[in-house]
Amino acid sequence: MRLNCTVNGEARQADDVWAGESLLYVLRERLGLPGSKNACEQGECGSCTVYMDGTPVCACLVAAGQAEGRDVVTVEGIADGPVQQAFLAAGAVQCGFCTPGLVVAVHDLLARDSAPTDPEIREALAGNLCRCTGYEKILDAVRLAVQR
Amino acid sequence: MTTVEAGVAGGVGTSPKRPDGGLKVRGEFAFSSDLWADDMLWGATLRSPHPHARIRGIDITAAVALPGVYAVLTHEDVPGAKRYGLEIVDQPVLAMGEVKYQGEPVAVVAADHPETARRAAARIVVDYEVLPAVTEASLGVLLRHVPIRTGDPDATADVVVTGEYQVGMQDQAFLGPESGLAVPAEDGGVDLYIATQWLHVDQKQVADCLGLPAEKVRLTLAGVGGAFGAREDLSMQVHASLLALHTGRPVKMVYGREESFFGHVHRHPATMWYEHGATRDGKLVYVKAKIVLDGGAYASSSTAVAANAATLGIGPYEVPNVVMDASVYYTNNPPCGAMRGFGAVQACFAYESQMDKLASALGLDPVEVRLRNAMTTGSRMPTGQIVEGPAPVADLLIRVRSAPPAPEGSGDLREMPGGVSNTTHGEGVVRGIGYGIGIKNVAFSEGFDDYATARVRLELIGGEPAVLVHTAAAEVGQGLVTVQAQIARTELGVERVTVATADTSVGSAGSSSASRQTYMTGGAVRAACQAVRAALLARVGGARLDGGKVLSDSGAVIADLASVIGDGPIEETVEWRHRPTYPLDPVTGQGNAHVQYAFAAHRATVDVDVELGLVRVVEIVTAQDVGKAVNPLAVEGQIHGGTAQGLGLALMEEIQMVDGIVRNPSFTDYLIPTILDMPPMKVDVLEMADPHSPYGLRGVGEPPTISSTPAVVAAVRAATGKALTRVPVRPEHIVG
Repeated sequence: MRLNCTVNGEARQADDVWAGESLLYVLRERLGLPGSKNACEQGECGSCTVYMDGTPVCACLVAAGQAEGRDVVTVEGIADGPVQQAFLAAGAVQCGFCTPGLVVAVHDLLARDSAPTDPEIREALAGNLCRCTGYEKILDAVRLAVQR
Repeated sequence: MTTVEAGVAGGVGTSPKRPDGGLKVRGEFAFSSDLWADDMLWGATLRSPHPHARIRGIDITAAVALPGVYAVLTHEDVPGAKRYGLEIVDQPVLAMGEVKYQGEPVAVVAADHPETARRAAARIVVDYEVLPAVTEASLGVLLRHVPIRTGDPDATADVVVTGEYQVGMQDQAFLGPESGLAVPAEDGGVDLYIATQWLHVDQKQVADCLGLPAEKVRLTLAGVGGAFGAREDLSMQVHASLLALHTGRPVKMVYGREESFFGHVHRHPATMWYEHGATRDGKLVYVKAKIVLDGGAYASSSTAVAANAATLGIGPYEVPNVVMDASVYYTNNPPCGAMRGFGAVQACFAYESQMDKLASALGLDPVEVRLRNAMTTGSRMPTGQIVEGPAPVADLLIRVRSAPPAPEGSGDLREMPGGVSNTTHGEGVVRGIGYGIGIKNVAFSEGFDDYATARVRLELIGGEPAVLVHTAAAEVGQGLVTVQAQIARTELGVERVTVATADTSVGSAGSSSASRQTYMTGGAVRAACQAVRAALLARVGGARLDGGKVLSDSGAVIADLASVIGDGPIEETVEWRHRPTYPLDPVTGQGNAHVQYAFAAHRATVDVDVELGLVRVVEIVTAQDVGKAVNPLAVEGQIHGGTAQGLGLALMEEIQMVDGIVRNPSFTDYLIPTILDMPPMKVDVLEMADPHSPYGLRGVGEPPTISSTPAVVAAVRAATGKALTRVPVRPEHIVG
């Protein structure tokens, strides 16, 4: 099938999409946007988090056809700003495989709440697994991004 | 603090930003699963559904007939060695007549779409004759037995405590799945872009299996999404290369999460029997221990894991009389091998549980009984090896004990055990505190020729001095690329340092494991920089470098660095070794097997809902001696992350096996700590220099994983009064 959607502000088209493909696969393998990550493809780890019509979703759980006509924003489409810089400065990046999903999730959190408390940060990021950091410096990064 | 030449920002002891960090936060960093080539095919693997079966036949007809399929390969298509392995060459590239664990690769497929490849694999008909599976280590074939004997084997003591302990099968659960791209080359070889921990050991094994000379199998490190030991063994390296050579097309393979659980080795499950004898004032007289490890179907690094369990198996304590037997057995469970902590983790849970039991029997505080037995510089290991360099075991314990107590709960539901599940508002919740301390060897042991290679080039770029550092060392997330650049800045006084992509065009760096890379590749980079510096100074008869100037003995400026380089770039390649280690005596286990010891201590505070068996870790305090914090921010990151993996083993992480079948190969059912499970962590970093290591540093990555598990379990015991002899602790262990 042919898929039409807006990705990072541009109208994009993908041809020969097999109906069983996920939005994540289309982004990574057909549209040249591998920033959204394929850590579990089971909706458990949050590493493929993208915005769809303004709502963060796991792109691995969205069938490609469900994205027809929708507005998708990936980590590549989020302007390099305080969230990304705070992750770098705080040491919240190690292997970096969880980072794109976390950047989108934190971007969304701070858009909803400019001064989240620690319990609120933890609740908001509970769907994003990280295996390297123990989350301590991810919390530091969010606090730092809030200050900025 | 070690004095080093400085003069530029971003050197040793500072925390400059990661050079790969900008790419990573923008989603632009190329991980091994992100690679793409024109005309590439996708590989898929058919795996055994049985833990043990004879293969009577394989029929690939239906798979080959599927449109879009380009190759279906079995063991008959492996042109070189049919088996590979890190220590013992025993693991088939593709099963030959028999499968020995569930998930063992049987055939591989290349197709033009990953789903086509998977469907083709599913059409392969394998005629299995199911055989009985050995799933208990004690019933398996012995792979290695490591005995250690010191002192009087018949020693007796006033106070004796015994216990049996078990550790479940933990998974490394890195987030970036096994993946890579194999590209056939015009010379008949293959270029492999891969996430691994050790490029050269992969290169050798892949070349052997392909029947090619090593120079025709060129490996380049692709972005690595975590490792933790799970990338020491081969996964899809040979498979993708076979498919690429067979089809003449680039082949990409990417495991899904379920396949990843079958695609790498795990932490050895262990059953351990310990007997500690002590005087009435709490001095250890003897330890007798038997450790049984389940090695699974193939050897991987089991033999070295068993040696670690044995040699580190009584902990960081002085014990005059030791009878230790650690054994690892083949079974039909998944192969087990390297995971952060490597044999020291299992033993630490047992010996620290025993120290708590001893404290209880003596009516002593658990930290006090540890202090009375703490090893120090000059202590003798049960192997006879004298502990050289700082061994601040007592200091670490005192530091974690002296930290202010964890804050009382705020009453926020989200801070209760069970959290937003709303299972308690405080009723039935009991707080507990526990301690743990552990010991780990750094780098490779038992006489292994352990070295790292670094090539350093000093040149002018745009008229400015610049350094290029090239090693084959695997950046797996720990920050090795940052550290290599820091060392070059410090040694050469040049701020502009580029670390080249790791590949096999430079000599081996050894593995990114055993907490060894900052020590080993860091040591090699330092030595190569020193060689470059010596050559540079020799050009003008200088004595040292400072602030971009070449100085004489008296400190007078001889020349600008740039003008000296102007005569031509200087490049040096150095192979660097740590002090030699020696084998263990096969009967007595005596020998100077390890080059460096590292120590960490933890205090855990938990709240337990004793009615439901739910645990919330409230706070973790940890202290670790790192010798020299080459990059303080990265050191903290290692300690945080290692502590989290230890907490996971304590409370939730286990690959659950039933009759050789994995029951939970997903992140839905194999739980790793989320941000809700992790408490605030207070980290106390000591820097007590090791006189033998570069900058005095000590390996950092593994020690925090080792002692956090027993500390968390001890805290749960303190809250519940339960014996809790098995990790991970489950709710039914608490309420049962």
